Amino acid sequence: MIHSQAGVVDSSRHAPEPGRRPLPSVKMTVDHATKAYKTASGAVHALDDLSLEIGDGEFVCIVGPSGCGKSTLLWAMSGLHDLTRGSVSLDNVPVTGPRSEIGMIFQDANLLPWRNLWQNIHFPFEIKRINPKPYAGRVRELIAEVGLTGFETKMPRELSGGMQQRASIVRCLSYDPAVILMDEPFGALDAFTRDEMNLLIQKIWMETGKTIIFVTHNVSEAIFLADRVVVLTPRPGRLAHIFPINLPRPRTIEMTFTPEFIARVIEIKTTIETGRFAGAEPPAPAVAPG
Amino acid sequence: MASELRETIPTFGQKQAADERAGQVDLANWSALSNASFAKSWAEAAVIALVAVIIVGGAELAVILFDIKPYIFPRPSAIATALVTNFPTLFWPHVQVTLYELFVGFGIGAAVGLMLAAVITQFPFVEKVITPYILLLVTTPMIALVPLLILNLGFTSTPRIIAVALASGPMVMINSATGFRRTDLAKIALARSYGASTFQIFMKVRFPLALPMIIVGLMVGAIFGLLTAVGAEMVGGKDGLGNQLMFWSSMVRMENFYAIIALLAIIGVSIYIAFYWIGKKWASWQA
Repeated sequence: MIHSQAGVVDSSRHAPEPGRRPLPSVKMTVDHATKAYKTASGAVHALDDLSLEIGDGEFVCIVGPSGCGKSTLLWAMSGLHDLTRGSVSLDNVPVTGPRSEIGMIFQDANLLPWRNLWQNIHFPFEIKRINPKPYAGRVRELIAEVGLTGFETKMPRELSGGMQQRASIVRCLSYDPAVILMDEPFGALDAFTRDEMNLLIQKIWMETGKTIIFVTHNVSEAIFLADRVVVLTPRPGRLAHIFPINLPRPRTIEMTFTPEFIARVIEIKTTIETGRFAGAEPPAPAVAPG
Repeated sequence: MASELRETIPTFGQKQAADERAGQVDLANWSALSNASFAKSWAEAAVIALVAVIIVGGAELAVILFDIKPYIFPRPSAIATALVTNFPTLFWPHVQVTLYELFVGFGIGAAVGLMLAAVITQFPFVEKVITPYILLLVTTPMIALVPLLILNLGFTSTPRIIAVALASGPMVMINSATGFRRTDLAKIALARSYGASTFQIFMKVRFPLALPMIIVGLMVGAIFGLLTAVGAEMVGGKDGLGNQLMFWSSMVRMENFYAIIALLAIIGVSIYIAFYWIGKKWASWQA
């Protein structure tokens, strides 16, 4: 059922020059999200009245200065954190706790160090008490796709950071969530591994048609991956601007060296630094009013 | 030292970061018991064996050369002979008594200690209230209670089993509690993102995370238990290896006395090896 929805979007994505393709149906909505944490040193206002709509099958990157509440937003979308005010909904159903349609990929892979790779990938099945047998073929395909065949019995500490993160991607995809939330997944990796991982994520996204929301502090990574880049203001996080990225797909690492690409980087970096967009571009579509 | 440094790839920055990350999880290494270094090759093993031969042979020679009286120190060969000839008849029943006390006492103490640790770490306030009393139990030698227990329960195994449980239980508890307190929020969030219940989070995240510390606690607790069992047997009663130490020294049969000590050493080392292998199997992810 998840796939049938995604399949519709998929066909448009393989068009060589999608341009500003018509926005598909809305998958996730963030409505007037406000979040204040109570800490020992007083309240921390992390998010302020932020509204956002994510299309079905869309790849959205969220960037912003550190501490701007990007991770808070993502964790609220995953149902792991509550909002102080406002709401998140998936397919028009409010998200009040973890949902099986939503998969999360964490910083630093977050593998369980006492389980080997295969056991780590089966962790979601154990928690959800799903028989992994029907998924075995799919899991093997995913492992092959990310290039981890033959490493199934290795312990996490025997794998490089990139391999660990690839395993965590398989773990997330194994039970086929429609939406994937990624919280600075490649922040700890070196530049070469990061490029490799970005290509892999793009490939997986193009093949599966998942909706991906990707938090990063790396602007070129965001532009490379995203259909739209959402820029947040410094704390408390508000919407500064949404940049549509109309580069053709599949994107290549070489594209990141082109003048247009670098112009986008400068534009977005300036927006992050000043907290508002000074350019002449018309307002981006699909921003919920308010 | 210097040569070691020269042979180390200079990735200090990365290594430090890795160490810091490991530091969040690596609490179990506080105990030298859990990561003693062993012979890695036949050559090293041969040197260790050679040292044993030199010590035992040297003792044998010294006893003969300096004409040391058997009631001060018998010849090692005499101790070995006593051990082999008297083991099936004189020693084995007492080994059984001591092992029985140790297993039952440690079993009860460890089970209660482990459960208590798992429960109280869920309630920080309760933990704060209980911890000083547990520390009191850990630091007070439980052998001190044995005369009292004997007074109430007689010269049976029961007071010794209670003493062993009281000695090993708090030790298991305090180490396990340290283990259960290491909460890795990212891993708990991971389990929660799949909809894990509190019980699933305990069984699949918190318990495995605590396991290395639990194993250290069990090892130290078992060795404390052996200590207490032997001490309790020395206080009073008619059997057990502790009792036999008192008996053979009062008879000035020092070869038997040292043979009993050798047996106790074998039991102690066996406990260590057992938990070392358990740790290797279930907690080696931490190494």
